[in-house]
Amino acid sequence: MRKLLISATWFLFILIIIFPISFIVTGAFEEGWSGFIEALTRPEALHAMKISLYIVVVVTIFNVGLGILFSLELVRGNWLARWVKPVINAIIDLPFAVSPVIGGFMIILLYGPETVLGIFFASFGVDIVFALPGMILATMFVTFPFVVREVVPVLEEIGEDVEEASRTLGASKWRTFRQVTWPSIQWPVVYGAVLTIARSLGEFGAVLVVSGNIINQTQTVTTLVYQDADYFNVVGANSLALILCLISIVTLLVLDGLKRRQEVLRSEHSSEGSV
Amino acid sequence: MRDKLEKYALRSILIGYLIVLIVAPLSAVYVQGFSLGLSNFWKTVTDEMALHAITLTIRLAVIATLIQIIIGTLIAYVLTRYEFPGKRYLNSLVDLPFALPTAVSGVMFLMVLTPNSFVGQMLDSIGISLLFNQSAIIIGMVFVTFPFIVRAVQPLLENLDEDQVQASYTLGASKWRTFCKVVFPAILPGIIAGSLLAFSRALAEFGVIALISGNIPMETLVASVYIFGQIESFNTEGATAVSVVLLTFSFLVLWITNLTRRRGDI
Amino acid sequence: MNIQVKDLYKNFGDFQAIKGVDFSIEEGKLVGLLGPSGGGKTSILRMLAGLEEPSSGQVILNGKVANGLTVQEREIGFVFQNYALFKHMTVFENVAYGLKVKKVDKARIKQRVEELLELMGLAQTINKYPHQLSGGQKQRVAFARALAPKPKLLLLDEPFAAIDAKVRKDLRLWLRNVISEFGITTIFVTHDQDEAIEVADELLIINSGKVEQQGTPWDIYHRPASRFVAEFLGNSNQLISPVTLKGFEILQKYQDGQEWKENSSVFIRPEWIEIRPLDVSYQKNAGETAEVTHVHFRGDAWYIELQLADLKLFTSLSINAPRYQVGDQVNLLIHKLSIFSDVGNEIAGNSLLNVSLSYHI
Repeated sequence: MRKLLISATWFLFILIIIFPISFIVTGAFEEGWSGFIEALTRPEALHAMKISLYIVVVVTIFNVGLGILFSLELVRGNWLARWVKPVINAIIDLPFAVSPVIGGFMIILLYGPETVLGIFFASFGVDIVFALPGMILATMFVTFPFVVREVVPVLEEIGEDVEEASRTLGASKWRTFRQVTWPSIQWPVVYGAVLTIARSLGEFGAVLVVSGNIINQTQTVTTLVYQDADYFNVVGANSLALILCLISIVTLLVLDGLKRRQEVLRSEHSSEGSV
Repeated sequence: MRDKLEKYALRSILIGYLIVLIVAPLSAVYVQGFSLGLSNFWKTVTDEMALHAITLTIRLAVIATLIQIIIGTLIAYVLTRYEFPGKRYLNSLVDLPFALPTAVSGVMFLMVLTPNSFVGQMLDSIGISLLFNQSAIIIGMVFVTFPFIVRAVQPLLENLDEDQVQASYTLGASKWRTFCKVVFPAILPGIIAGSLLAFSRALAEFGVIALISGNIPMETLVASVYIFGQIESFNTEGATAVSVVLLTFSFLVLWITNLTRRRGDI
Repeated sequence: MNIQVKDLYKNFGDFQAIKGVDFSIEEGKLVGLLGPSGGGKTSILRMLAGLEEPSSGQVILNGKVANGLTVQEREIGFVFQNYALFKHMTVFENVAYGLKVKKVDKARIKQRVEELLELMGLAQTINKYPHQLSGGQKQRVAFARALAPKPKLLLLDEPFAAIDAKVRKDLRLWLRNVISEFGITTIFVTHDQDEAIEVADELLIINSGKVEQQGTPWDIYHRPASRFVAEFLGNSNQLISPVTLKGFEILQKYQDGQEWKENSSVFIRPEWIEIRPLDVSYQKNAGETAEVTHVHFRGDAWYIELQLADLKLFTSLSINAPRYQVGDQVNLLIHKLSIFSDVGNEIAGNSLLNVSLSYHI
């Protein structure tokens, strides 16, 4: 029975994950190394990488920075009425439930060229839809929960006592945050940031809808993969897919390492407590 | 005074961020949806193609979730209860389908199932095609929802009191009976929570399905791809109406998930 | 069920948990496995249950080698330390579980469960879930669940460890009565000697994976077979460095200047010490003069510390006995002491007491 179950598990993993991934590798190298390199260094590929990088950097900075502030206010802020917190909590989760296509569509509805806001921004020469700002907004929407969801439970767990202790010892707010709060949330923040980076790099549906997928303008790596696949450019699609796949694997390894680290820290923490 | 000003500024920014990023866009969909008027809305939703897309999506998401319940529970069980070589690697691999950009997953299955590949040829020779039909959609949905049930069930299995299992043995119960009567009830909350997540993800999935379903109206066109098509052809009404339906469905699932989670806490 | 264990060994990796254990238990006995934590008691119990496979040696149940039998086939009842009640089942379902496995018909199950719960004083809780019960109630449910299928052997792992001290006392007596009523062979593990002495017909003292001694509680308490048992069971005064005591010339045999010879340890049980007024007339010479240094009220007795030359001794005194104050000089009579050494163990009586010292148990 045991052997059967273990074999079944291996079989499922191979069938569903390992075997399909091997096809990306063979697809990418169908024309050898040179084809692979060529596919990655095409002008449209390089441009797409640049756009993806922009999005990742801007989205990560915003969502990490504001995510931390948000978590702090959500957990510690006593200015929020009691009933408001669960509402905000629920709102934060919403992006997880929304189909990426709808995520992109919302931006079009709100900031599209024919809407009030769209016309308003256009008067300053800023296009949101079918341009970078819209793509960034859409990606920010999709990745918003990651940092907050990692940091809030930790803040709740450590409680306010240590921070109050620091303040009674005369430390300023900033000093308290830097020396007392930050050390305990830094790894959750990093964890959330890694998730944010990975997801903003990989986001496809929302970006596709908002960007219009204009080659050499608003095309990201994922939308280029889609276009290549659509045009039966096997090597092109698979080469970029392989790179994205490798990045995902590295991301998973980093997250795994962080998780292990946290577990070790936590177990040290609890063993100290019990002594 | 300056301190207070700073405080209010910060709060306004945070609330503003939430509104601009999440609340306003989501409301925009609903506002747009209701501005159609009820009869118009109803007409758009019950359009043959739209209605088919919606029901197809729900039906296939249910099937994919049921498949996932079986394989997810099996994998979670094996990964927590047994020791075997390679276990650690498999355990890390569980999250890969979630981490992989959906466009990449789509290309991947396109490569596997295309009639030119040896898998495609093999399947073809026995008269099966898994590309550009409903089974392709199920494959895509099963792939992207792979981690949810495994990850929801694993912690419950880890926390399962080994003594309870042994108590069942000492009372004469077989392994199978013990699984059904003792282990399964303990992991049921995880299975429910995981399958709700999986279901909602399957409903929303776009990237993989767009590439491998063929997107044939009335046959393999799912709701998210339908919305995309309507946006592409500048039919805001059609996109809005189906979006409202899909969104409402997703929120409902999210709400039920939170409800069950809260009950699980007690 | 009578039980025989022959040359039992159990290794966990490099660690030898059980190092050659032999014992036998007669049908119907209530036996306690007593010893310090980590000594291997629970491993022995789990091997009897079939939850653990012996590394070597035999477990013989009712004359048949049981090594190959699965847990399910052994017809045992097992009560886990933390009860291991099925959380998602009511009290009724928990107790009925083993009967359902046996495919007893529904009406009989209902009757048997209700009967048992009535006996356990749990009739009110029949439809409750484990998390709604107190510790003592959970314990009794676990007990009822184990008894329901009429096992031939009942095994209890630290049955009272997780219960409040006050409830524990009542439960012990209750457990004793229930078990004797059922007449079922029972083995329980405990590290609490009071519990072991109060409940068991027979004790097995287990230390470092070996049986130190088997016998009735009285026997073991009064005639410990080893230094470990003497130290572990009950409180004793240990004579750390050599002394001369009136009536115990025998001690000279084990002394070498300021050291004990032959690896000897000498213990005096508190009840072997008698405190008498200085002007006692009866066999005054057999006692020594000592000073009371500490008097402490213990509820059911006085706890008294005494100074005899360099020696500090403690004993207890009945509440009804004449009271002593700190600083009082008293005549201290030591009736006997026990000596454990490489050349043999003995219990020596005070030679100045002209009463014959033959303790028959």
